[in-house]
Amino acid sequence: MLEIKNLHAGIEDKEILKGINLTINAGEIHAIMGPNGAGKSTLSAVIAGKDEYEVTKGDISLDGEDLLELDPAERAHKGVFLSFQYPVEIPGVSVTNFIKTSINETRKANGKEDMPAKEMLQKIREKSELLEIDRKFLSRSLNEGFSGGEKKRNEIFQMAMLEPKLAILDETDSGLDIDALRIVANGVNKLRSDDKAVLIITHYQRLLEYIKPDFVHVLYDGKIVKTGDASLALELEEKGYDWIKEEINA
Amino acid sequence: MELKEKLLSSYVAFENNVNINSDVHEIRTKALKDFEELGFPTKKLEAWKYTSLNSILKEDYSIFPNKEEAIEFAEVKKYFIHDIDSYKIVFIDGKYSSFLSDTTHDVIDVCLLSSAFTKSKHKAVIENYFNKVAKQDNMTALNTAFASEGAYIYIPKNVEVDKPIQIINFATGSDSATLLQPRNLIVVGENAHVQIIERHQSLSENAILTNVVTEIFAEKRSNVDYYKIQNDHSAASIVDNTFVAQEGDTICSVHTFSFGGKIVRNNLNFFQNGEHVDSILKGVTILDDKQHVDHHTLVHHIAPNCESHQDYKGIYDGRSTGVFNGKIIVNKEAQKTNAYQQNNNVLVSDKATVNAKPQLEIFADDVKCSHGCTIGQLDEQALFYMQQRGIPKKEARALLMYAFSNTVLESVRIPEVKSRINKLIAQKLNVNLGFDL
Ligand SMILES: Nc1ncnc2c1ncn2[C@@H]1O[C@H](COP(=O)(O)OP(=O)(O)OP(=O)(O)O)[C@@H](O)[C@H]1O
Ligand SMILES: [Mg+2]
Repeated sequence: MLEIKNLHAGIEDKEILKGINLTINAGEIHAIMGPNGAGKSTLSAVIAGKDEYEVTKGDISLDGEDLLELDPAERAHKGVFLSFQYPVEIPGVSVTNFIKTSINETRKANGKEDMPAKEMLQKIREKSELLEIDRKFLSRSLNEGFSGGEKKRNEIFQMAMLEPKLAILDETDSGLDIDALRIVANGVNKLRSDDKAVLIITHYQRLLEYIKPDFVHVLYDGKIVKTGDASLALELEEKGYDWIKEEINA
Repeated sequence: MELKEKLLSSYVAFENNVNINSDVHEIRTKALKDFEELGFPTKKLEAWKYTSLNSILKEDYSIFPNKEEAIEFAEVKKYFIHDIDSYKIVFIDGKYSSFLSDTTHDVIDVCLLSSAFTKSKHKAVIENYFNKVAKQDNMTALNTAFASEGAYIYIPKNVEVDKPIQIINFATGSDSATLLQPRNLIVVGENAHVQIIERHQSLSENAILTNVVTEIFAEKRSNVDYYKIQNDHSAASIVDNTFVAQEGDTICSVHTFSFGGKIVRNNLNFFQNGEHVDSILKGVTILDDKQHVDHHTLVHHIAPNCESHQDYKGIYDGRSTGVFNGKIIVNKEAQKTNAYQQNNNVLVSDKATVNAKPQLEIFADDVKCSHGCTIGQLDEQALFYMQQRGIPKKEARALLMYAFSNTVLESVRIPEVKSRINKLIAQKLNVNLGFDL
């Protein structure tokens, strides 16, 4: 589904991603781990189309379609969703109005009519219950004054509403308490299906206990330096990154 | 001939058409002398530092357009808030259009100043209120000198007016350039409530200069809710001089929505004469091209225990320019004043400019006064976030701008006005969002 080939990207003169190769098939869950500053968020932003970053080499395609040709909204319309490491506050736009606009713009781009108001309400109710989000919350300005954990939960609520083909979760687990982690993991697992894929960026193996990854990759200094199965996450949690750095330098 | 000379030399002709043996005319001739002395404002005046009228004063205005112009309602329906029942006072090129209007003398008076000047029934009101709060600076003096027609609204005490009143001035542009000087007088009796919508609309590409004066008197415990919709042609300019006198326990609000016109100057003045008064001044300005809007507000806290709330939002694109000059005066006697002023601006283009200047003159010692002014850009991170959620860039920008203006729209109390403003904003930003904020 997602195919990244020899991706180089950076900002001004600084190269951050230095040749990433990654293939994610429909139905799979991948996790990316790696030390601070390795380029994990940059990779997710480049997939989502943030134009701050310049792609100097390589390709990204989604179901064979060149993503680099599309702007961020068009990528979203194709089913790319990014749960932000730091969700942005948007004062004056309520959660409900935002998600309605988001859903209907996506439908419009895909040649569909607006979602009927009743169906929208129903869906909002269902998904907010799934993520145990209080009604009052939905009429507040998006992310404004939300706690760290509330912001993350709200990201997953939006994901549940949009049902993206490819969900990228950038440190969605950071800042969540133990109960919230379980709730969010449940939300992600509900989305799992044969035609969807999830890419989880995390520092901790805890979330991966709830959402079992098929592959775990280590991103270090702009490259994927190691790939394994779920047990790799455990090993990293235990031993840290030094042994990997040694392997590379050897 | 310069416009000033032209105006002065045409005064004899003007006097042929009005009653010159009246108190009102004494006021007019005095104002004419003031104008003769003051002339048009220039940039040398501190209050006009950022707005030059030069480019519009050089037109050869016809000053008493006297062709009778008829307009079909269907043609101009869109300029009315037409989805509500309302009283209407409509003028075409300064002349009353009975056909487009819907006036009344039933309990309240919603009619014409020209008839209030002549009918004995209104004599006392004219004597007590006409020109009593307007301060005679350049443009106001000019208007007063020629004051002859406009809206006259009188609400007796304890009356809650059942529907809003719309004051609409159309300019047909049948001459190549037209000067219009409407004069409105609004008196709201004790414990009365009224909602008013005012609009000036040019119907052609010809130059229009409107110099309007509106006096509003709010007697004790009354409530006035006023909306100004400014979305005029790129060849139409306006100097709006509004004066609000508030007695004790009154709440008056003026919302000004400035989306178009060539040069728009709003002189909005509030005088708090009684205690426990609340004055609300709000505005949303969205400009592009070479449009220019200058908001000059004055809140004069004369009596103690009063509040004022100012909230002006501006969004500037193209080469547009904005000015916000908010003056607050707190007299020595006006203890326990709570004056709040907020002015936030977004520059969408790097060719647009804003000049913002709060002016506080505080002579009392026990007051709360806060003011804040910001000038910034649209938040790029927020734009990316919204696009990531499938909202295209243009719509994302519009949504951010809507959100930015939302604190002003929130307090609009006529739902149809609010949705019209939302539509105008969407139109202005060239987007179609499926909801009102
Ligand atoms: N906009 C930017 N301007 C300058 N440097 C940047 C920018 N974005 C990322 N970088 C740099 O690129 C490197 C990778 O950053 P990135 O945020 O992708 O790391 P990360 O792997 O997500 O780290 P963390 O685990 O701390 O979230 C860092 O050195 C960072 O400072
Ligand atoms: Mg990161």
